Amino acid sequence: MFRSYPPQIVLEAVLNGLLTGAVYALVALGLTLVYGVLHIINFAHGAMLTLAMFAVLVAHLGFGIDPYLAILPLTPLFFAFGYGLQRFVISPASRNDDGAILLVTLGLSIVIENLLLAIFRSDTRSLTLDYSFSVVDLGFALLSLPRVIGFGVALVVAAALWAILALTDTGKAIRAVAKEKLGASLVGIDVNHIYAVTFGLGAATLAVAACLLMPSFYVNPRVGNAFVLVAFTVVVLGGMGSIAGALVGGLVIGVVESLSGLYLGESLGQIGIFLIFILVLLFRPTGLFGAKA
Amino acid sequence: MAEPILSVEGLVAGYGATEILRGLSMSVAPGEIVAVLGSNGVGKTTLNMVLSGILRASAGTVRFLGEDITRASPGEIVARGLIHVPEGRKIFPNMTVRENLVLGSYRRGKAARAGNLERVFSTFPRLRERSGQLAGTLSGGEQQMLAIGRGMMAEPKLLILDEPSLGLSPLLVEEMFTLVRQIHAEGLAVLLVEQNVVQSLEVAARAFILENGIFALSGTAADLAASDDLRRAYLGL
Repeated sequence: MFRSYPPQIVLEAVLNGLLTGAVYALVALGLTLVYGVLHIINFAHGAMLTLAMFAVLVAHLGFGIDPYLAILPLTPLFFAFGYGLQRFVISPASRNDDGAILLVTLGLSIVIENLLLAIFRSDTRSLTLDYSFSVVDLGFALLSLPRVIGFGVALVVAAALWAILALTDTGKAIRAVAKEKLGASLVGIDVNHIYAVTFGLGAATLAVAACLLMPSFYVNPRVGNAFVLVAFTVVVLGGMGSIAGALVGGLVIGVVESLSGLYLGESLGQIGIFLIFILVLLFRPTGLFGAKA
Repeated sequence: MAEPILSVEGLVAGYGATEILRGLSMSVAPGEIVAVLGSNGVGKTTLNMVLSGILRASAGTVRFLGEDITRASPGEIVARGLIHVPEGRKIFPNMTVRENLVLGSYRRGKAARAGNLERVFSTFPRLRERSGQLAGTLSGGEQQMLAIGRGMMAEPKLLILDEPSLGLSPLLVEEMFTLVRQIHAEGLAVLLVEQNVVQSLEVAARAFILENGIFALSGTAADLAASDDLRRAYLGL
C-alpha cells in the first residue's frame, strides 16, 4: 500500500497541500474569530460559504465579473450581510443565550441551503475561465495558477485581519469583548455592535474564500459543509479562537491531506485530517496555539 | 450647595423578581468625594451597575449633569463623562497595559489620547514600566492602578470607584486612598463605594451607609465617624 515516491513528487504534494491549506485557513479564520469573541460555533458558516460561492457564480455568469475582481464588491456586501444577520436575526432570536444561538445558526444554515436548492437546483456547477487550468512552472514543480493566487490572497487576508485586530480601535474592542464583556461595556464599547462586526468579518472572509475557490472548484448547495468540516478540524488543531492557530493549522491540514492523498490514494486523502483531529483531541485538546484551560 | 453633578431619586432595582435597591436617594456635588459604605451583599455593586447603565432601574431617576440618564446605554453614559471603575477591575487580561489604557478612551477623550496616556503614566510610573506587558500578568495592586488609569483615560467628570481597596495589602490600601485624595485634589468628583469604613470616612466629605438596599444613615463624614450607631455596627466599638 505504501509506495516510495521520488522527492520531487513528495515536494510537489507538500506545496500543493500548502496552497489548499491556505484556503482552509481562510475558511477557518472566520469560524475561529466568531468562536473567540462570541464563544459560539457558527453552524451557518458552511451555508454562508456556499451562498458566497453562488454569489461568485452569479456575478460571473450574470454580470461578467471575474471571480478575483468579485472580491471587491462581495467582501463589503458579505460584511454587511454578516453584520445584519447577527444584529437583527441571531441576537434578537436567541437573546444571547448560547444554546439558542447554536439552534438559530443551525436553522439559518438549513434556510440558506434550501433557498439555494430552490433557486439553483442540486446541480453541480463550475466556472470555465481561461486560466482555470493554467500552471506555474517553478522548474522543480508545477502548481495550479488559481491555487497559487488563492494562497497569496489568503495570506494577505490573514495579515489584514491581524492588523485590524492589533492596530485599530475596533479591533482592540473586539479583543476586549472576547475576554471581558463587562469591562468593555464600562469603557463605552457597544458589545452588540462588536458582536455584529465580528460576525461581519467572519462573513467577509468567506466571501474572499469563495472568490478564491471558484476558479478551480465547483459549487452545489451543499458544498460549503465539506470545507467547514475541514475548517473545524483546523480550528481545533490551531486552538479555538486563535488567529495564528487557524493559519498554521490550515497549512498543516492542507499538507496532511495532500500527503495522505499521495500515499493512500486520492479518495482516502481526508482520512489523515480526521486522524489528526482525533490525535489533537486526545493529546493536546487546547490546540497548537490555544490558551491553557 | 452647588447644583449636584449626580443626583439619584427613589432608585429601585434588582435582578428578576429579587429587589436589591429599595428606594435610594443621594447626590454628589462637583469636586466632592462621596462614599457609599456597607458590607457585602447590601447592593453597592448593584447601585453602580444601575448608575453606569448596565442594569435597568425599575423605578426612580438618575440625573447626571442635569440630564436624565436613567434609561441611557452604558456607552452614552461613558460619553457624558460618568466613568465606572468596577469591582474586580475587569481589565482586559489578553491585552497589553498600553492597549488597556488606549481602550479607556474608546468612547471619550480620544482627541487627547496621547496626552492623557502620558498623564496616567506619570501618575502611575509602574504602568509605564509595564506598558508592553499583558495586563493579566500584573499583580493585584497593579491591576487596580490599571483599572483606575483606564478610567482616567476617558477624562471623567465623575469617577465611580467600586471597592478599589479590595484584595490589596494594607500598604497598598493606604496607597490607594492617597491616590483617591490626589485625584480629588485635581478637582474630580469621586463616588467611592467601599467596605473599608474607617479609611473611606477619612477621605470623603459625605457618606451614605447602605444596608439591605436602603440608606440607613447619611451625613458628613465627620458626623458619621463620630456616630454611635455607625461605630457599633461597623467598627465594633
